[in-house]
Amino acid sequence: MNWLTDNKIPLGAWMENFVDWLVTAASGFFDLVSITLETMIITMVDAIDALHPFAVIAIILVGVWFLHRSLGLLVFITAALLLIINMGYWVETIQTLVLVVSATAISVLIGVPIGIAAAHRPWLYTILRPILDLMQTIPTFVYLIPTLILFGLGYVPGLISTIIFAIAAPIRLTYLGVSKVPSELIEAGLAFGCTKSKLLYKVELPAAMPNIMAGVTQCIMLSLSMVVIAALVGADGLGKPVVRALNTVNISQGFEAGIAIVLVAIMLDRICKSPSAKKEG
Amino acid sequence: MAVVTIENVDIVFGDNLAQTLPLMDKGHTRDDIIGMTGDVVGVQNANIEVNEGEICVLMGLSGSGKSTLLRAINGLNKIARGRCLVRDGDTMVDIAECDETKLRHMRTHRVSMVFQSFALMPWLTVLENVAFGLEMQGMPKTERLIKAREQLKMVSLDQWADKKPDELSGGMRQRVGLARAFAMDTDVLLMDEPFSALDPLIRSQLQDELIELQKRLNKTIIFVSHDLDEALKIGTKIAIMESAKIIQEDAPEQIVLNPATEYVEKFVAHTNPLNVLRGNSLMTHIKELASTDDKVVIDDSTWLEIKEGKLISVQGAQGELPVVRWTSDTVIEDVAENTVFIAPSSIAMRDAVEIRYHSNHVIVLEKNEQCVGILTDHNFYHALLGKHFGRDTEAA
Repeated sequence: MNWLTDNKIPLGAWMENFVDWLVTAASGFFDLVSITLETMIITMVDAIDALHPFAVIAIILVGVWFLHRSLGLLVFITAALLLIINMGYWVETIQTLVLVVSATAISVLIGVPIGIAAAHRPWLYTILRPILDLMQTIPTFVYLIPTLILFGLGYVPGLISTIIFAIAAPIRLTYLGVSKVPSELIEAGLAFGCTKSKLLYKVELPAAMPNIMAGVTQCIMLSLSMVVIAALVGADGLGKPVVRALNTVNISQGFEAGIAIVLVAIMLDRICKSPSAKKEG
Repeated sequence: MAVVTIENVDIVFGDNLAQTLPLMDKGHTRDDIIGMTGDVVGVQNANIEVNEGEICVLMGLSGSGKSTLLRAINGLNKIARGRCLVRDGDTMVDIAECDETKLRHMRTHRVSMVFQSFALMPWLTVLENVAFGLEMQGMPKTERLIKAREQLKMVSLDQWADKKPDELSGGMRQRVGLARAFAMDTDVLLMDEPFSALDPLIRSQLQDELIELQKRLNKTIIFVSHDLDEALKIGTKIAIMESAKIIQEDAPEQIVLNPATEYVEKFVAHTNPLNVLRGNSLMTHIKELASTDDKVVIDDSTWLEIKEGKLISVQGAQGELPVVRWTSDTVIEDVAENTVFIAPSSIAMRDAVEIRYHSNHVIVLEKNEQCVGILTDHNFYHALLGKHFGRDTEAA
């Protein structure tokens, strides 16, 4: 037993060395990524913040009306956003929304092609599966540390951590959707003369669309669940007041910020879910 | 002229071709080979020639390799050995050898397909589904939608153009499948049990529609079916498959009259002979009847007067009987009672039974103006009891 503990395998040290090596070898690259993403997010937040809150609400309502044509949803969204303004969390809500939307957009842009590639190559999915499991099960705080070192404080480490946590959803569901396309549809596509790319765009992706949309919805909800953790590494948004309330044992602030997060979650869920459900039906 | 020629085609599923092919040549059965190499023999040494305008039906139970062979003709299944030639303009293209571009050309311009499970794209409208293949041909959007609408009219579904496939009944969906295949204007049409998933009434209706369409369009159709009645109804040629091999290839009537093996005989025993058999295979030959000079005796009171093979008159107990020469346009109900029908020997059994139901005399059959035989009730019962195909084996 002593022998076992005395001869410790330096797993942690190896990882630390690897991160150190990354910092020295590729700091230019990480700085570039960091600055680009940070500027992108701040620009978006500023642009939305420059508008009057009511104008933003109006734009959201028009968009939702075109997607769902549901009066009840419009009433709920209006009430929720007004309550958020009333509680004084408007700017934080914008910041959170921008973070969530950016994380989702990047996850989908990377995840969907990976999912498609994995569906076409079984060996690739065999390699991917344990990596995806690892990314979803490893405690978030663990990779928060290296991302913090590599990208510095601010939105970007929060964004990157969110992507690591959420990207598995679009990959898995795209894989599932594309690999579950009925074989007779593939055969019909081939029999009528599809090329490989036509088969992908005209048969496989449309057939997998309900699953892919479910992946996007899941990705959004997973991203939102990272808001508070992202706040720990300096990402602005609704997570910040929660962290601050925790540090100062401030029940009222914590409760109000929590309510705001829940409202944002319900809104996003309602806005995203129905379109894919409609397609399935 | 041959449009599709299949020569010595073997199809094998599995990765041990190098071992499997020699085993097949040595005469090992399909079950042996699965055990030895793990490969599944789909089709073994198939040979068929399908000419322009023919409907060739591949018949067999599930697992006999009929769909596998069909799918080789448009390259969905890979051919391990042999040639599968499909006409492309003036040349014959070997599907087993051709590259991807050529294969795509064949699929978009020469061979189209109808699927058992319809295989319509659920996210496209009916009209867009019909236009799907045209899009792959590279036809511009407005043009292909116009053409797709024409095809829908042909299967009388133009009212449903903007619906999604899941709003249609099974029969309607398969009509969309037919329209999609016909829209391609290909010479060859592959149909993989297209009507098997439909209920019997709709199935028979679609079979009739297909026969009608075929009269107008004169395609070369290769049709897979596990239903011999269907095969006999629509086929101009039938190839029966068992355990990956074609065991008999013949005209429908020949299959029913001379089944090559017990397996075919079992199929035939359950078919309805009305649709298949013709006068010349049913009749009692003129030579089998008792005759003196120019008289051929039918029964105690009737006899035929024949000179140099030609029918002069039919005589009954009260003298000469009136006769009428039957054609497919004859309205049987308008013919007076007590008239003897004279029909060509190629008359279908169904028509002959219709005549017998109306007239109370035997039917006299002619071929090239020569009297060749008669059809009596005994001949009909013989066929209806399924004894017609047993005749040869009994004699032998």
